[in-house]
Amino acid sequence: MGKSIIDKIWEKHVVHREEGKPDLMYIDLHLVHEVTSPQAFSGLRMKNRKVRRPDKTFATVDHNIPTDNRKVINDPVALNQMTTLEKNCLEFGIPLAGLDSPEQGIVHVIGPELGLTQPGMTIVCGDSHTSTHGAFGSIAFGIGTSEVEHVMATQTLWQSKPKTLKLEINGELKKGVTAKDVILYIIAKNGIGFGTGHIIEYCGDAIAKMSMEERMTICNMSIEGGARAGLVSPDGTTFAYLQGRKYAPKGAEFAQAVENWKELVSDPDAAYDKTIQIDAADIAPMVSWGTNPSMTSKVNEQLPKLEECKNELEQKSLSRALDYMGLQEGQKIEDIQIQHVFIGSCTNSRLEDLKQAAEIIRGKKVHPQVRALVVPGSQQVKKQAEAEGLDLIFKQAGFEWRESGCSMCLSMNNDIVPSGEHCASTSNRNFEGRQGSGARTHLVSPLMAAAAALYGHFVDVGALLSAETVQ
Amino acid sequence: MSGFKTLQGKAAALDRANVDTDQIIPKQFLKRIEKTGFGQYLFYDWRFTKDGLPNPEFELNKEENQGAPILIANENFGCGSSREHAPWALGDYGFKVIIAPSFADIFHQNCLKNGLLPITLPAETVEYLLKRAKSQPYELKVDLQNQVIEDEHNFSASFSINDYWKKMLINGWDEIEITLQLEKSISNFEEKKLAVQ
Repeated sequence: MGKSIIDKIWEKHVVHREEGKPDLMYIDLHLVHEVTSPQAFSGLRMKNRKVRRPDKTFATVDHNIPTDNRKVINDPVALNQMTTLEKNCLEFGIPLAGLDSPEQGIVHVIGPELGLTQPGMTIVCGDSHTSTHGAFGSIAFGIGTSEVEHVMATQTLWQSKPKTLKLEINGELKKGVTAKDVILYIIAKNGIGFGTGHIIEYCGDAIAKMSMEERMTICNMSIEGGARAGLVSPDGTTFAYLQGRKYAPKGAEFAQAVENWKELVSDPDAAYDKTIQIDAADIAPMVSWGTNPSMTSKVNEQLPKLEECKNELEQKSLSRALDYMGLQEGQKIEDIQIQHVFIGSCTNSRLEDLKQAAEIIRGKKVHPQVRALVVPGSQQVKKQAEAEGLDLIFKQAGFEWRESGCSMCLSMNNDIVPSGEHCASTSNRNFEGRQGSGARTHLVSPLMAAAAALYGHFVDVGALLSAETVQ
Repeated sequence: MSGFKTLQGKAAALDRANVDTDQIIPKQFLKRIEKTGFGQYLFYDWRFTKDGLPNPEFELNKEENQGAPILIANENFGCGSSREHAPWALGDYGFKVIIAPSFADIFHQNCLKNGLLPITLPAETVEYLLKRAKSQPYELKVDLQNQVIEDEHNFSASFSINDYWKKMLINGWDEIEITLQLEKSISNFEEKKLAVQ
């Protein structure tokens, strides 16, 4: 019986194993940000401990920073967390992409961008969307503050090996259907708990055809399906992306690394604890209408009806979600009126995402009732986008063009959706209050968000693109 | 964290069920950047009046409970969010041992990880302890080595604890300390990894 990439990476990282205990796993890369790290540093200081491998640790500020004017930080709590991170990084010798660095950005955007994220690694960060880095064929997952401190002090973590889930997607995606729609479809179809206790390996020809950006979008939302990690076996696309990145191996070392990385790929006869098959042709542009990511439908569908619910619990949950979202059962998704559009977050803020959105809005205007903003995932993404003139396309259409950060994905800064208003958002969570108290979030792709910005309600971007092709 | 084999000291009673982590440490104090200093905010909304003065009605403000290292609580202590700030606050305030008929799962785990000993005893035993502690100044002796608690009135009860955590608490170790004992394995692993690359 062959081994999956998950088995291979896991076995390569076991430092210590004993009966009745989790494995002690070596961690290759620890990413750090301002919100979940202060107490970990404080814990180290209390015990006179050092960061064991500052060279395997990298920090940035992203969660609570302003994206409008970076010169003035009005929130004293945010400012304190940022300056604390700066002091901690200095004291413990950790490289930091701070607010004034050209490398600053959302931690899950800059890791890959800088080539820190590489195939075969174990990667952790005090943030649940660390699963993003799995796109490169690494085991990457979010951890709590005690664990952050543990990794800092020991470069290891006690972990029980999760089960493995093979998620195979084959076939052609329809026009207007993106990686975001694929992962939303998977969660809508299988539920928010389908991946609990598992690491997902995404495979199949639809995944093989995807760019690294698209694979990152899919792996990013693994946690929304309950899985702590999701990954894709590395291939030519992965290696081409990595070549020449700042922290990626260079020259002959790169060639050797590629040979090693190729060995990670899952064996054809690898065994998994669970398998799910998806036909890419079944997927349409998706829109979440409820208060968790599984409450999602195809854009041309209607909201479910209470009478269609399987049981009382489901009915209660639907009723509560509809109430919070201010929507009616059976309502057409395309009739949902939108007041805000947010293009950004670790799910969809990379150059490719911005390019796609820009194609939709080029030469057009944002609907008068809509406030729309683009928050590039990193300073590098922002710079590249500006070099390609994307900022002008957005600004001319009426979008706000911002500095990089997490922004309206979790609204820890002042980018907030007012209570009762609807936001078409390219982020990853639509929990109650996520984008502000009473805010109503709809998770969509960058294409769908851009189209909603123009029309003030959801439209089938697939149909829109087909119509444009005909013209 | 300092470890202990036995601990003798005042026992304070907090006879309330379902004390949640929001009450143990209210959310306005979560934005702090330190791991220490949470003790001053422990049970903040109960301990202080709206004017910020100590609430004389609150159990822990009573003279006889000052400096108590042992807390006797009621069922489902520590329910609610998984915030580690709750055990940080209890420990920083000075508690080393919490006795209750039952604890919330995550809180129980978080206590052990942060050097606090949660002791689960049958409801009627806790009832006896609460009654004693509420009526007069009360001392308990906790013998972690032998897993027994005693008072001066010939009361004695044994409790159970996982060997791994017992060793950690006796030595005042945290998980990092345990892992650092495997330093050799970690270094060997790093050397081997470097050789392969």
